[in-house]
Amino acid sequence: MLSASAYLVLAFLILPILVVIPLSFNAEPFFSFTPGMLALEPDAYSLKWYQEIIEDDKWLLAIKNSFIIGFFATLIATTLGTLAAIGLSNPNMPAQRWIMAVLLSPMIVPLIITAAGMFFFYTQFNLAGSYLGVIIAHAALGTPFVIITVNAALAGFDYSLVHASLGLGAKPGYTFFKVIMPLIRPGVISGALFAFVTSFDEVVVVLFLAGPEQRTIPRQMFSGLREQINPTILAVATLLVIVSALLLLTLEYLRARSERIRLGTQ
Amino acid sequence: MPAHLSIKEIADSQAQLRRKKLVLFAFTLPLLLFVMLAFVAPIATMLYRSVYHPTVAQLIPQTLKQMQGWETQPDTLPDSDSLVTFALELKSLAGERRSGKLAEEINRVFPGASSLIKSTARKLKHLDEQEIIASQGTILLDSHKKWHNPALWHAIASAGEVWTSRYYLTALDLQLSPEGAIESRDTRIYLKLYWKSLRIALLITLLTAVLAFPLSYFLANASSAKANTLLVFVLLPFWTSLLVRTTSWIALLQTNGVVNSTLKVLGIIDQPLELLYTEFATVISMTHILLPFMVLPLYSVMKNIDPSYFRAALSLGAKPLPAFAKIYFPMTLPGLSAGALLVFIISIGYYITPALVGGTDGQMISNIIAFHMQSSNNWELAAALGSLLLVLILALYWLYDRMVGVNNIKLG
Repeated sequence: MLSASAYLVLAFLILPILVVIPLSFNAEPFFSFTPGMLALEPDAYSLKWYQEIIEDDKWLLAIKNSFIIGFFATLIATTLGTLAAIGLSNPNMPAQRWIMAVLLSPMIVPLIITAAGMFFFYTQFNLAGSYLGVIIAHAALGTPFVIITVNAALAGFDYSLVHASLGLGAKPGYTFFKVIMPLIRPGVISGALFAFVTSFDEVVVVLFLAGPEQRTIPRQMFSGLREQINPTILAVATLLVIVSALLLLTLEYLRARSERIRLGTQ
Repeated sequence: MPAHLSIKEIADSQAQLRRKKLVLFAFTLPLLLFVMLAFVAPIATMLYRSVYHPTVAQLIPQTLKQMQGWETQPDTLPDSDSLVTFALELKSLAGERRSGKLAEEINRVFPGASSLIKSTARKLKHLDEQEIIASQGTILLDSHKKWHNPALWHAIASAGEVWTSRYYLTALDLQLSPEGAIESRDTRIYLKLYWKSLRIALLITLLTAVLAFPLSYFLANASSAKANTLLVFVLLPFWTSLLVRTTSWIALLQTNGVVNSTLKVLGIIDQPLELLYTEFATVISMTHILLPFMVLPLYSVMKNIDPSYFRAALSLGAKPLPAFAKIYFPMTLPGLSAGALLVFIISIGYYITPALVGGTDGQMISNIIAFHMQSSNNWELAAALGSLLLVLILALYWLYDRMVGVNNIKLG
């Protein structure tokens, strides 16, 4: 009874995601299974929606934009977030609780409010409709995740290692890259992945802030779902499911690694 | 024997601690500045926009200046000088093609004023300035009988206020009576929508809790190899793009979608059900999207509950159900409350999914904010509605910090 309900909930979680995969091979321009597909006729399946992605300039631009914006937003969020987490995780940090609450707030405030505020504010500096504006916005949204993961990696971090390194004459920069960084690297990388996914998946801020030149994959999907539903979106969705499965594998690997590092230092 | 420190040693160690604090703060400073500029300042701008509205004051500055002092007299028209100034300013606005903006702004305070102002502007455009001045304002009054209504002039004066609480009143379905008292509007739009968003968020929180509880319990008590394998089914949706999951629900719920076809084949229904573009679609797809946020904290709490408490209760003679309710369930509350607050906070401000699957029925407060930002261009009202939502969210965030602690948020 318990296991049956648990498996039902698991099915509820996973089936809606898997359903897009076979539908993306539909030979007809529908969002549903055709009788031919159900009878497993080869003619009912096709790769044409995948070909459509490759041939459509709009989708190619969206893919390019998503990676460019995601890359730079991740770079900013990870650099600033890692530095901040090193300060915040120390018990001597002044006003730790308040600063933490402010720095994590981009994760809590509804995106529609963030997007509206950014639209008002960024327009004054001509940042609306520019790559820089979207990158800054996405970096701000990604930093809370970096802080959380790096903070977790720093839990139980032995600060006497830093003192030892500095005491032995190492410069602060050298100490950072050779002593602190190797120990928290898994946390930094998973924070970076979170920051990248936040940007890669974000659409509300893009809707308000980006011009046609900065359209990203989710933005393109959003207008596709609103204006003319066609299975190209399902093909894109399938590719994105594969991307997230790869991400999940990477994170699991990192988690196992960071567990090893933590156990190793104790 | 306690070691005695000299005053110098104490001062030195205090100075050292201060230096250490400064260094730690210096690590955090770049991000703090960045977040202040890139995130906090925009939010502050939004709050500012909800009470500061100079548009009308910039369009008809002279008129508003001349009308000062008259405003306190409820049933009279402004003096002829004010009327002439208004007519002249309206004429010059018409010449610059900006009279439409004024019409739109006044119309928000005085419904029906839009067409009046536009038609009058068209007339004034072709008149000579001297002619308008000579008429002592009768040209304006004669152009339409509505100009004889003192309430319209009061609306113009009120729209011209640079600092205003008007948008908050509108956002709360209130208005100012001509006498200046606050009264409720006949039709409630926004309060209803806030209420509906709260109701939907609460329903989603309950649904995710009911679904997550047995699953988390099962995972927490399974062997770790099995639990890790099955957790993939929770984490994959968590990591999958929101747009992908919304797309899936469109494919599932549409008229000829997977759900309707299956029900038809099973002979449960003859006609397809209208599932997509309803409140039901909003609720079920958001429940699916937010379920991992409930499962993960609940699972991590349940995993650390010692099963011997429950067994002890049973062996001491408690019946299984009361033992579960009184022993096991209270121990899951930290996870349950963390998950519930998180799901509630996220769902109350959700925009994308309701916009795509909700139709007119399943819209939430965020959707009306987006509508006022993008379609009706009533940015000040959008800002007021957003500020009220923000207050609600920050109150919940404070509660979350008190109960769970923002330092304890874990991911994945």
